[in-house]
This record gives sequence, C-alpha cells and structure tokens, in this order.
Amino acid sequence: MASILLAGFGGQGILFAGKQLVSAGMNAGKEVSWLPSYGPEMRGGTCNCSVNIEDDPVGSPLVTEPDILVAFNKPSYEKFYKSVKKGGRVFIDSSLIDSKCERTDITAEYIPATSLADISGFAKLANVVMLGYIIKKTGLFTKDYFVSCLKASAPKSKPELAELNLKAFEIGYSYDD
Amino acid sequence: MSKMLMKGNEAIAEAAIRAGCKLFFGYPITPQTELSEYMAKQMPKRGGLCLQAESEIAAINMVLGATASGARAITSSSSPGISLKSEGISYIAGSDLPCVIVNVQRGGPGLGGIQPAQSDYNQATKAPGHGDLHLIVLAPASVQEMASLTGLAFDLADQYRMPAMILADGALGQMMEPVDFEERTPRELPEKTWACCGHGNKREHNIINSLYIQPNVLEDIVKERFKRYEEVEKNEVMYEEYMCDDADIVIVAYGITARIAKSAVKEARAMGVKAGLFRCITLYPFPAKELEKLSHKVKRFVSVEMNMGQMVNDVKVATDCRVPVTHCGRTGGVIPTVKEITEEIMRLSAKKEG
Repeated sequence: MASILLAGFGGQGILFAGKQLVSAGMNAGKEVSWLPSYGPEMRGGTCNCSVNIEDDPVGSPLVTEPDILVAFNKPSYEKFYKSVKKGGRVFIDSSLIDSKCERTDITAEYIPATSLADISGFAKLANVVMLGYIIKKTGLFTKDYFVSCLKASAPKSKPELAELNLKAFEIGYSYDD
Repeated sequence: MSKMLMKGNEAIAEAAIRAGCKLFFGYPITPQTELSEYMAKQMPKRGGLCLQAESEIAAINMVLGATASGARAITSSSSPGISLKSEGISYIAGSDLPCVIVNVQRGGPGLGGIQPAQSDYNQATKAPGHGDLHLIVLAPASVQEMASLTGLAFDLADQYRMPAMILADGALGQMMEPVDFEERTPRELPEKTWACCGHGNKREHNIINSLYIQPNVLEDIVKERFKRYEEVEKNEVMYEEYMCDDADIVIVAYGITARIAKSAVKEARAMGVKAGLFRCITLYPFPAKELEKLSHKVKRFVSVEMNMGQMVNDVKVATDCRVPVTHCGRTGGVIPTVKEITEEIMRLSAKKEG
C-alpha cells in the first residue's frame, strides 16, 4: 500500500501519528512496521518515523524513498522532499513551512495543521488534524474505520482524550483547500 | 489471542515473562532500555523481580547466582554493556548454567554510537568470554521472532545447560510490528537436579563452580561440555531459504539485514538475475552443512552484514571457498538500503567468473 515518512520536531506527535497509521493497518490485516528515530535528535531536535503498510511482509523497516512524506517543519521538509518516490505525495504543514514544492512529479498537499489546531483550542493535536487530512486525501483507510481505530487507541481511563482526537481529526478531514 | 503492536525490546521482555522467567537483572543502555522498562513495570505485577543493578558486571553475576538456584533468569544490554558482561558470561558457561542474555547491538567499537549494528557477531559466536566455550546464539529478524526465539532460548539453555544469547540490533529493538504471543509448546526439559536450592539434609549438597585446578580434570570437563556442543550443532540448527533452488548468487544474512536483502533479491529477480537468500536463524550453531550443500550448486555467496565483514569468514569456512564469497555491508550504525544490496547483486552478476 504505502511507505510513509513522518518528520518534524520532537514533541509534535510524529511518533503518535505514525503509530495510529500502523495500528489501523495492522487491524485491517496488513503487514506493517513502525521505526522511530531514537537518537539525541528526539530531544527537541528533528524527529522522524518510518511507517510501512503493505500487503507483503515488510523488508526494510527504514523508509528511504517514501510514497508519502508528512513534513511538520522546514528542515525536515527540505531534508526529505527530494527522496519522495515519483508519483508520490508530500503533506506540508503550511503554518510552519513557507516553501512551495517545486517538484512537478509529486503531489504537494498543504494544510496549516498547527494553526488550525491552535485556533480550535486543540494545541498539540496538529498531528491528528494532519491525520484527518491524510486519510481524506489518500483514502488509505475509510474515515469510519480510521476513526474507530483512533478512538480505540485512547486509554480507557481517559475517554476525554478520544473525544479530543476525534474532533481534531474532523478538522483535518473537513479542511477545504 | 489477537496481535499486539509492540517494540521488539518489549516483545522480548513479554516473551521472557511468559516463558516463566521471574528474574531480570540489568543496567540501562540505548537502544535496549525499553526492555528493562517493560520488566520494571511488569515483573512486580506478575510475581517476578526486576532489579536495576549498579553495573552490567553486577547484573550478569546476579544472573549467575539466580540461575545456580535453578530459576530462569535474563539480562539484557547493548554492545558496550555486553563487553562488560563477558567475564560473567564465561563463568556461567564454565559453571554449566542456563540463562538468556540479550544483546540489542549498536555501533562500535568503544562507546561507538547508538544506531543499529551487527558488529558483535564475532564476539557472540567466537569469544563471548575467555576460555573454550560457546553460547547458543539466536538472530531474530522481526518483532515476532524477538518473542518466539526468546521462549526458545530459555528452553535451549535449560536443555543443554548453557547460556543462550538473543543477538538483535537497535532497529529490531526500537521498531514496532504486530506480535502474536501464541501458545508456545515448551520443550520437555530435564529436572534441574544440579540446582543449589536447599537440600534439606535429604541429598548431597550441590556445588556450582568453574574452578578446576587440576589440568586433567579441567580438560575432561571441557571435553564433556564440547560433547554437549556437538549435540547442539547436530540438533538445533535453524535457517530459512528463499529462492535458493535455482539461484546463481545467494545472499547470506541474518537479523534485520536479512529482510532488507530479501527485498533486494526480489528486485534482482525482477531484473532477471537469479538471486536467493539464505537466512541464518541460529548463528551458533552455524548452518555450515546447509551452506556447504548449497555451495555445490550456486556461483557465489555474498554475506550482507552491518559490519566490516565478520560472518563472511564463517561462510568461507563452511563452503570451503568452493565458490567466491564476498562481503557487502555498512557499519557504524548505518542500515544498508535495498538499493545498495540490489546494486551489489547486479554488479556481481555482470562480473565474469574465472
């Protein structure tokens, strides 16, 4: 199905977003892998996460040529956009990245995920806003199915988190560019 | 039971607990720490003990003490920490004690780096400590195998009274994949009549020791131990062949590199090159006989490793250098890409032999 690279700063929820995609893939019976960067860059520096959702067993867990790049900051965007496979997509948080993608052989999708989250009172949930937008644009999973996975991922002791995530997801899903 | 999404490090910890291991002794180190973290959370809840020792050396000696009493015990670390444990590993082997040691390898030598590597192959298979000794060395290639081989490692260790090592790497430790802790069928194991667990004045006391001052006595004991190693070599070899039947070029690999190599084999096949993959699951015992057999029908072997070339020598010895055996890999914490391995296969296939 897809190899996905999510990249940004530590603290933006990159790893969480990746885990949601992998988790949905696993529950749908796909072969999946999730590999975080775990170096010193985790602490406030750049952070990224390789996600594979495939029909066949996953070979390398490290995504070097993604079908989909999700960029949450400018350094990550600049570092990785050239590696996206021809015909692939790049998702750009346009509230943090002012660049326009110059490549014509990939599709660039822009959403101000961070400011959308902030103005809606869901600061820190830009990652989930982005997930909503990714699911809508790529159709990797149906909305209902992904929402049910997202809901189930919240700890049972904190049902309010699930509610917040669903609201943030909806903002991204219904974002009209 | 349904599949769970877990890190490789956590999968080892969970599998150990399910295998009846109640004792974990360790000292934190990246990229292995999630294993100790999981043990710290779970062991007290499940009737076990997780102890963070003051050092790696202390941890391995605690394992020695625990296993001498007949209990299942485990310790885990990453490359530099394993070097520290080597004294204790040798004592455990010299005392004929079972235990499981996990090495989630990182780049070396010295403190090296914290990214994945396979540069402790020689250490694990040749000299895990001083003296004539072997460890059983298992090399998982997925989070699922991190779990299933851990259960097996405990059984093998108990059956042959020797330490078993899970030789993983930072990528396998850190990555998440679905894992199914299906009901494992444990082996039937001999009773631990040698354990020092209190004799209640009902039997002779047992002594666990690795010191034998008389050379002839020590020689006999070492020879006796090597007879057990022969049994291990005869009975416990594990490997997996992929498209080797008609292959001209066979990649030999283990762990994380084996799965990357598998993708490269598929790409090479798509370009018309008859490539295959031989994946070692046990590194000791090494699948030497199986590689020897293969060496009569293939044109060359390529050992793909995340080091400067270590297992390549075992492949040469196993196949008696009947066909060319070369190394391909990255080191220092760099994971080779599918593209790099494919290019090496294509380069070698274009090369005229002789």
